[in-house]
Amino acid sequence: MTVIILAIVIGLAFGVVLDRIGATNPTVIGKMLNLTNLNLAKTILLAIGTGSLLMFAGQMLGLVDVGHMSVKSAYIGVFIGGLLLGTGWAVAGYCPGTSVVAAGTGRKDAWFFIAGGLLGAAAYMVTYPSWKAWGLLDSIAGGKVTLGTVPGAKYDGLSALPGDVLGIALGLALIALAFALPTRMSPKAPEMLPAE
Amino acid sequence: MLLNWKTGGLLLGLVFFAAVLLVKPIGVSTQFVILDGIVADAITPELITKTDEGYTSTNAYLAKSNGKYAKAASNPLNYSFIFVAAMILGGLLSSRLRGGVEKGEREISALWRANFGDSKVKRYAAAFAGGFIVLYGARLAGGCTSGHMMSGMMQTSLSGYIFALGAFGAAIPVSLLMFKKGV
Repeated sequence: MTVIILAIVIGLAFGVVLDRIGATNPTVIGKMLNLTNLNLAKTILLAIGTGSLLMFAGQMLGLVDVGHMSVKSAYIGVFIGGLLLGTGWAVAGYCPGTSVVAAGTGRKDAWFFIAGGLLGAAAYMVTYPSWKAWGLLDSIAGGKVTLGTVPGAKYDGLSALPGDVLGIALGLALIALAFALPTRMSPKAPEMLPAE
Repeated sequence: MLLNWKTGGLLLGLVFFAAVLLVKPIGVSTQFVILDGIVADAITPELITKTDEGYTSTNAYLAKSNGKYAKAASNPLNYSFIFVAAMILGGLLSSRLRGGVEKGEREISALWRANFGDSKVKRYAAAFAGGFIVLYGARLAGGCTSGHMMSGMMQTSLSGYIFALGAFGAAIPVSLLMFKKGV
Protein backbone atom coordinates (compact mmCIF):
# COMPACT_ATOMS: atom_id res chain seq x y z
CA MET A 1 0.00 0.00 0.00
CA THR A 2 2.79 2.40 0.93
CA VAL A 3 4.33 1.79 -2.46
CA ILE A 4 1.07 2.73 -4.22
CA ILE A 5 0.87 6.00 -2.28
CA LEU A 6 4.48 6.74 -3.23
CA ALA A 7 3.63 5.99 -6.88
CA ILE A 8 0.80 8.53 -6.75
CA VAL A 9 2.81 11.21 -4.95
CA ILE A 10 6.02 10.92 -7.00
CA GLY A 11 4.09 10.41 -10.27
CA LEU A 12 1.98 13.53 -9.61
CA ALA A 13 5.08 15.57 -8.77
CA PHE A 14 6.88 14.33 -11.89
CA GLY A 15 3.87 15.24 -14.05
CA VAL A 16 3.53 18.72 -12.57
CA VAL A 17 7.25 19.48 -12.91
CA LEU A 18 7.46 18.16 -16.51
CA ASP A 19 4.59 20.49 -17.39
CA ARG A 20 6.07 23.51 -15.62
CA ILE A 21 9.48 23.21 -17.30
CA GLY A 22 7.74 23.27 -20.68
CA ALA A 23 8.52 19.65 -21.59
CA THR A 24 4.85 18.94 -22.39
CA ASN A 25 4.89 21.58 -25.14
CA PRO A 26 6.08 20.27 -28.54
CA THR A 27 7.21 23.79 -29.46
CA VAL A 28 9.63 23.88 -26.50
CA ILE A 29 10.96 20.40 -27.42
CA GLY A 30 11.28 21.43 -31.09
CA LYS A 31 13.19 24.61 -30.26
CA MET A 32 15.60 22.63 -28.11
CA LEU A 33 16.16 20.01 -30.82
CA ASN A 34 16.56 22.52 -33.68
CA LEU A 35 18.96 24.37 -31.39
CA THR A 36 17.15 27.70 -31.34
CA ASN A 37 16.43 27.70 -27.59
CA LEU A 38 18.43 25.53 -25.19
CA ASN A 39 16.57 26.53 -22.04
CA LEU A 40 15.09 23.03 -21.66
CA ALA A 41 18.49 21.41 -22.29
CA LYS A 42 19.90 23.49 -19.41
CA THR A 43 16.99 22.35 -17.21
CA ILE A 44 17.58 18.67 -18.05
CA LEU A 45 21.36 18.89 -17.50
CA LEU A 46 20.84 20.58 -14.13
CA ALA A 47 18.25 17.93 -13.16
CA ILE A 48 20.49 14.96 -14.05
CA GLY A 49 23.43 16.61 -12.29
CA THR A 50 21.40 17.40 -9.16
CA GLY A 51 19.94 13.90 -9.02
CA SER A 52 23.37 12.33 -9.44
CA LEU A 53 24.99 14.54 -6.84
CA LEU A 54 22.29 13.86 -4.23
CA MET A 55 22.13 10.12 -4.91
CA PHE A 56 25.87 9.45 -4.75
CA ALA A 57 26.47 11.84 -1.82
CA GLY A 58 23.55 10.14 -0.03
CA GLN A 59 25.10 6.73 -0.69
CA MET A 60 28.46 7.85 0.71
CA LEU A 61 26.73 9.13 3.85
CA GLY A 62 24.77 5.89 4.14
CA LEU A 63 21.43 7.69 3.71
CA VAL A 64 20.55 6.28 0.32
CA ASP A 65 20.15 2.52 -0.26
CA VAL A 66 22.61 1.47 -2.99
CA GLY A 67 20.24 -1.43 -3.70
CA HIS A 68 17.71 1.04 -5.17
CA MET A 69 19.97 1.58 -8.18
CA SER A 70 18.66 0.01 -11.36
CA VAL A 71 21.16 0.00 -14.21
CA LYS A 72 20.03 -1.02 -17.67
CA SER A 73 22.05 -3.26 -19.95
CA ALA A 74 24.22 -1.91 -22.79
CA TYR A 75 23.81 -3.55 -26.21
CA ILE A 76 23.82 -2.45 -29.87
CA GLY A 77 20.02 -2.18 -29.84
CA VAL A 78 20.27 0.61 -27.24
CA PHE A 79 21.92 2.82 -29.84
CA ILE A 80 19.59 1.78 -32.71
CA GLY A 81 16.56 2.24 -30.45
CA GLY A 82 17.94 5.63 -29.41
CA LEU A 83 18.17 6.69 -33.07
CA LEU A 84 14.56 5.61 -33.67
CA LEU A 85 13.31 7.30 -30.53
CA GLY A 86 15.19 10.48 -31.42
CA THR A 87 13.60 10.54 -34.88
CA GLY A 88 10.05 10.18 -33.56
CA TRP A 89 10.77 12.59 -30.72
CA ALA A 90 11.80 15.29 -33.21
CA VAL A 91 8.80 14.63 -35.51
CA ALA A 92 6.13 14.57 -32.79
CA GLY A 93 7.70 16.71 -30.07
CA TYR A 94 6.81 14.11 -27.45
CA CYS A 95 8.62 11.29 -25.71
CA PRO A 96 6.81 8.58 -23.72
CA GLY A 97 6.85 10.44 -20.38
CA THR A 98 5.99 13.89 -21.68
CA SER A 99 3.20 12.51 -23.91
CA VAL A 100 1.17 11.14 -21.00
CA VAL A 101 1.56 14.37 -19.02
CA ALA A 102 0.69 16.45 -22.11
CA ALA A 103 -2.44 14.33 -22.63
CA GLY A 104 -3.38 15.19 -19.05
CA THR A 105 -2.94 18.92 -19.75
CA GLY A 106 -5.52 18.68 -22.55
CA ARG A 107 -3.31 18.40 -25.63
CA LYS A 108 -5.21 16.27 -28.13
CA ASP A 109 -2.26 15.41 -30.38
CA ALA A 110 -0.64 13.75 -27.35
CA TRP A 111 -3.44 11.14 -27.32
CA PHE A 112 -2.61 10.33 -30.94
CA PHE A 113 1.03 9.95 -29.95
CA ILE A 114 0.02 7.57 -27.14
CA ALA A 115 -2.16 5.53 -29.53
CA GLY A 116 0.74 5.28 -31.99
CA GLY A 117 3.01 4.39 -29.07
CA LEU A 118 0.78 1.54 -27.91
CA LEU A 119 0.84 0.16 -31.46
CA GLY A 120 4.62 0.63 -31.72
CA ALA A 121 5.16 -1.18 -28.39
CA ALA A 122 2.90 -3.99 -29.63
CA ALA A 123 4.90 -4.19 -32.86
CA TYR A 124 8.06 -4.57 -30.81
CA MET A 125 6.48 -7.31 -28.69
CA VAL A 126 5.84 -9.25 -31.91
CA THR A 127 9.23 -8.60 -33.56
CA TYR A 128 11.34 -9.02 -30.38
CA PRO A 129 12.49 -12.59 -31.26
CA SER A 130 14.14 -11.33 -34.48
CA TRP A 131 16.22 -8.67 -32.71
CA LYS A 132 17.25 -11.28 -30.20
CA ALA A 133 18.16 -13.79 -32.92
CA TRP A 134 20.26 -11.17 -34.73
CA GLY A 135 22.32 -10.75 -31.57
CA LEU A 136 21.49 -7.05 -31.32
CA LEU A 137 20.29 -7.51 -27.73
CA ASP A 138 23.51 -9.22 -26.61
CA SER A 139 25.40 -7.35 -23.90
CA ILE A 140 28.40 -5.26 -24.88
CA ALA A 141 31.12 -3.87 -22.59
CA GLY A 142 29.82 -5.92 -19.67
CA GLY A 143 26.11 -5.13 -20.10
CA LYS A 144 24.72 -3.65 -16.87
CA VAL A 145 27.72 -1.51 -15.98
CA THR A 146 28.35 1.88 -14.44
CA LEU A 147 31.27 4.07 -15.52
CA GLY A 148 33.05 3.63 -12.17
CA THR A 149 32.68 0.84 -9.61
CA VAL A 150 29.99 1.85 -7.11
CA PRO A 151 30.73 0.45 -3.62
CA GLY A 152 28.09 -2.08 -2.53
CA ALA A 153 26.25 -2.05 -5.88
CA LYS A 154 25.31 -5.26 -7.69
CA TYR A 155 26.66 -3.80 -10.95
CA ASP A 156 30.20 -4.02 -12.29
CA GLY A 157 32.19 -0.93 -13.14
CA LEU A 158 33.50 -0.17 -16.62
CA SER A 159 36.57 1.17 -14.80
CA ALA A 160 37.97 0.59 -11.32
CA LEU A 161 37.46 4.29 -10.43
CA PRO A 162 35.36 4.76 -7.28
CA GLY A 163 31.84 4.98 -8.72
CA ASP A 164 30.38 7.24 -6.05
CA VAL A 165 33.17 9.82 -6.32
CA LEU A 166 32.96 9.65 -10.12
CA GLY A 167 29.16 10.07 -9.90
CA ILE A 168 29.57 13.24 -7.83
CA ALA A 169 32.23 14.57 -10.22
CA LEU A 170 30.05 13.89 -13.27
CA GLY A 171 27.04 15.40 -11.48
CA LEU A 172 29.02 18.58 -10.85
CA ALA A 173 30.24 18.55 -14.48
CA LEU A 174 26.66 18.33 -15.79
CA ILE A 175 25.59 21.18 -13.50
CA ALA A 176 28.54 23.26 -14.75
CA LEU A 177 27.55 22.44 -18.33
CA ALA A 178 23.98 23.56 -17.60
CA PHE A 179 25.32 26.95 -16.52
CA ALA A 180 27.82 27.19 -19.39
CA LEU A 181 25.38 26.37 -22.19
CA PRO A 182 23.96 29.51 -23.84
CA THR A 183 20.16 29.77 -23.92
CA ARG A 184 20.03 30.90 -27.50
CA MET A 185 22.39 29.96 -30.26
CA SER A 186 22.58 30.24 -33.99
CA PRO A 187 20.68 27.41 -35.66
CA LYS A 188 23.68 27.03 -37.93
CA ALA A 189 26.06 25.86 -35.22
CA PRO A 190 25.01 22.30 -34.33
CA GLU A 191 28.56 21.26 -33.55
CA MET A 192 28.40 23.48 -30.46
CA LEU A 193 26.01 21.11 -28.71
CA PRO A 194 27.68 18.71 -26.32
CA ALA A 195 27.09 15.04 -27.06
CA GLU A 196 25.30 14.32 -23.82
CA MET B 1 4.14 30.66 -16.23
CA LEU B 2 7.06 28.35 -16.97
CA LEU B 3 9.71 27.88 -14.33
CA ASN B 4 13.14 29.26 -15.13
CA TRP B 5 15.72 26.57 -15.84
CA LYS B 6 17.42 26.84 -12.46
CA THR B 7 14.26 26.30 -10.41
CA GLY B 8 12.84 23.79 -12.88
CA GLY B 9 16.06 21.81 -13.13
CA LEU B 10 16.46 21.70 -9.37
CA LEU B 11 12.86 20.51 -8.86
CA LEU B 12 13.14 17.90 -11.62
CA GLY B 13 16.41 16.67 -10.09
CA LEU B 14 14.72 16.42 -6.68
CA VAL B 15 11.90 14.31 -8.16
CA PHE B 16 14.42 11.91 -9.75
CA PHE B 17 16.33 11.77 -6.46
CA ALA B 18 13.16 11.18 -4.41
CA ALA B 19 12.24 8.27 -6.69
CA VAL B 20 15.59 6.51 -6.28
CA LEU B 21 15.71 7.31 -2.55
CA LEU B 22 12.23 5.96 -1.79
CA VAL B 23 11.57 3.32 -4.44
CA LYS B 24 13.56 2.99 -7.68
CA PRO B 25 14.64 5.08 -10.68
CA ILE B 26 11.90 6.61 -12.82
CA GLY B 27 10.92 4.91 -16.10
CA VAL B 28 7.86 5.22 -18.33
CA SER B 29 8.00 3.36 -21.64
CA THR B 30 7.63 -0.16 -20.18
CA GLN B 31 4.10 0.77 -19.15
CA PHE B 32 3.05 1.03 -22.82
CA VAL B 33 3.90 -2.69 -23.06
CA ILE B 34 2.06 -3.42 -19.82
CA LEU B 35 -1.10 -1.66 -21.07
CA ASP B 36 -0.82 -3.58 -24.37
CA GLY B 37 -0.47 -6.77 -22.33
CA ILE B 38 -3.55 -5.96 -20.22
CA VAL B 39 -5.66 -5.27 -23.31
CA ALA B 40 -4.37 -8.26 -25.30
CA ASP B 41 -4.86 -10.61 -22.33
CA ALA B 42 -8.44 -9.38 -21.91
CA ILE B 43 -9.14 -10.24 -25.55
CA THR B 44 -7.20 -13.53 -25.61
CA PRO B 45 -6.95 -14.76 -21.99
CA GLU B 46 -4.51 -17.55 -22.91
CA LEU B 47 -1.81 -14.89 -23.60
CA ILE B 48 -0.69 -14.68 -19.97
CA THR B 49 -0.80 -17.70 -17.67
CA LYS B 50 0.04 -18.19 -14.02
CA THR B 51 2.59 -20.90 -13.28
CA ASP B 52 3.93 -22.41 -10.07
CA GLU B 53 6.88 -20.01 -10.14
CA GLY B 54 5.00 -16.91 -11.25
CA TYR B 55 3.72 -15.76 -14.63
CA THR B 56 4.54 -16.55 -18.23
CA SER B 57 3.18 -15.70 -21.66
CA THR B 58 2.90 -17.13 -25.15
CA ASN B 59 4.51 -13.84 -26.25
CA ALA B 60 8.29 -14.14 -25.87
CA TYR B 61 8.68 -10.48 -24.88
CA LEU B 62 6.12 -10.66 -22.07
CA ALA B 63 7.65 -13.95 -20.92
CA LYS B 64 11.26 -12.68 -20.77
CA SER B 65 13.09 -12.12 -17.45
CA ASN B 66 10.98 -14.80 -15.70
CA GLY B 67 7.74 -13.25 -16.88
CA LYS B 68 8.13 -9.91 -15.09
CA TYR B 69 6.07 -8.04 -17.73
CA ALA B 70 3.44 -10.83 -17.75
CA LYS B 71 3.22 -10.47 -13.98
CA ALA B 72 2.84 -6.68 -14.12
CA ALA B 73 0.13 -6.95 -16.81
CA SER B 74 -1.75 -9.42 -14.60
CA ASN B 75 -1.44 -7.10 -11.59
CA PRO B 76 -1.93 -3.55 -12.89
CA LEU B 77 -2.05 -2.11 -9.37
CA ASN B 78 1.75 -2.06 -9.18
CA TYR B 79 4.09 0.87 -8.51
CA SER B 80 5.25 1.55 -12.07
CA PHE B 81 1.81 1.43 -13.69
CA ILE B 82 0.15 3.65 -11.05
CA PHE B 83 3.12 6.01 -11.32
CA VAL B 84 2.40 6.67 -15.00
CA ALA B 85 -1.34 7.03 -14.34
CA ALA B 86 -0.49 9.63 -11.67
CA MET B 87 1.65 11.52 -14.21
CA ILE B 88 -1.48 12.12 -16.31
CA LEU B 89 -3.19 13.56 -13.22
CA GLY B 90 -0.11 15.70 -12.59
CA GLY B 91 -0.47 17.17 -16.08
CA LEU B 92 -4.18 17.81 -15.50
CA LEU B 93 -3.53 19.47 -12.14
CA SER B 94 -0.69 21.66 -13.40
CA SER B 95 -2.64 22.75 -16.46
CA ARG B 96 -5.73 23.62 -14.39
CA LEU B 97 -3.61 25.72 -12.06
CA ARG B 98 -2.13 27.72 -14.94
CA GLY B 99 -5.44 28.19 -16.76
CA GLY B 100 -5.14 25.36 -19.29
CA VAL B 101 -3.68 25.05 -22.77
CA GLU B 102 -5.17 27.52 -25.28
CA LYS B 103 -7.76 26.24 -27.76
CA GLY B 104 -5.73 26.13 -31.00
CA GLU B 105 -2.57 25.04 -29.25
CA ARG B 106 -4.35 21.96 -27.87
CA GLU B 107 -4.55 20.45 -31.37
CA ILE B 108 -1.50 21.94 -33.08
CA SER B 109 1.46 23.47 -31.27
CA ALA B 110 2.84 26.79 -32.48
CA LEU B 111 6.09 25.52 -34.01
CA TRP B 112 4.27 22.82 -36.00
CA ARG B 113 1.69 25.35 -37.22
CA ALA B 114 4.43 27.75 -38.40
CA ASN B 115 6.10 25.02 -40.44
CA PHE B 116 3.26 22.74 -41.56
CA GLY B 117 0.07 24.79 -41.38
CA ASP B 118 -3.38 24.35 -39.85
CA SER B 119 -4.27 20.78 -40.88
CA LYS B 120 -5.27 18.80 -37.79
CA VAL B 121 -5.21 15.54 -39.75
CA LYS B 122 -1.59 16.16 -40.73
CA ARG B 123 -0.60 16.97 -37.15
CA TYR B 124 -2.45 13.99 -35.65
CA ALA B 125 -0.97 11.64 -38.27
CA ALA B 126 2.54 12.91 -37.49
CA ALA B 127 1.94 12.52 -33.74
CA PHE B 128 0.65 8.97 -34.27
CA ALA B 129 3.58 7.99 -36.52
CA GLY B 130 6.04 9.66 -34.14
CA GLY B 131 4.53 7.74 -31.22
CA PHE B 132 4.90 4.47 -33.09
CA ILE B 133 8.60 5.05 -33.86
CA VAL B 134 9.34 6.40 -30.37
CA LEU B 135 7.86 3.44 -28.50
CA TYR B 136 9.26 0.87 -30.92
CA GLY B 137 12.67 2.45 -30.44
CA ALA B 138 12.27 2.79 -26.68
CA ARG B 139 11.43 -0.90 -26.31
CA LEU B 140 14.34 -1.91 -28.54
CA ALA B 141 16.62 0.28 -26.44
CA GLY B 142 15.08 -0.97 -23.18
CA GLY B 143 14.06 2.49 -21.97
CA CYS B 144 13.21 6.05 -22.96
CA THR B 145 14.22 9.60 -22.15
CA SER B 146 13.19 9.12 -18.51
CA GLY B 147 14.56 5.66 -17.81
CA HIS B 148 17.62 5.52 -20.02
CA MET B 149 18.75 9.11 -20.36
CA MET B 150 17.77 10.82 -17.13
CA SER B 151 17.76 7.92 -14.65
CA GLY B 152 20.59 6.19 -16.52
CA MET B 153 23.00 9.10 -16.79
CA MET B 154 22.19 10.07 -13.20
CA GLN B 155 23.44 6.62 -12.12
CA THR B 156 26.47 6.87 -14.46
CA SER B 157 25.28 3.83 -16.40
CA LEU B 158 27.02 3.20 -19.70
CA SER B 159 23.73 2.37 -21.46
CA GLY B 160 22.31 5.80 -20.56
CA TYR B 161 25.16 7.53 -22.41
CA ILE B 162 24.86 5.23 -25.45
CA PHE B 163 21.12 5.91 -25.58
CA ALA B 164 21.50 9.70 -25.26
CA LEU B 165 24.08 9.70 -28.06
CA GLY B 166 21.64 7.86 -30.35
CA ALA B 167 18.58 9.90 -29.35
CA PHE B 168 20.17 13.34 -29.80
CA GLY B 169 22.21 12.10 -32.78
CA ALA B 170 18.96 11.50 -34.66
CA ALA B 171 16.68 14.12 -33.06
CA ILE B 172 18.85 17.17 -33.79
CA PRO B 173 19.34 16.61 -37.56
CA VAL B 174 15.68 15.60 -38.04
CA SER B 175 14.50 18.69 -36.16
CA LEU B 176 16.88 20.98 -38.07
CA LEU B 177 15.51 19.63 -41.36
CA MET B 178 11.85 19.77 -40.35
CA PHE B 179 11.49 22.96 -38.36
CA LYS B 180 13.19 25.75 -40.30
CA LYS B 181 10.64 28.47 -39.55
CA GLY B 182 10.83 29.82 -36.02
CA VAL B 183 8.05 31.09 -33.76
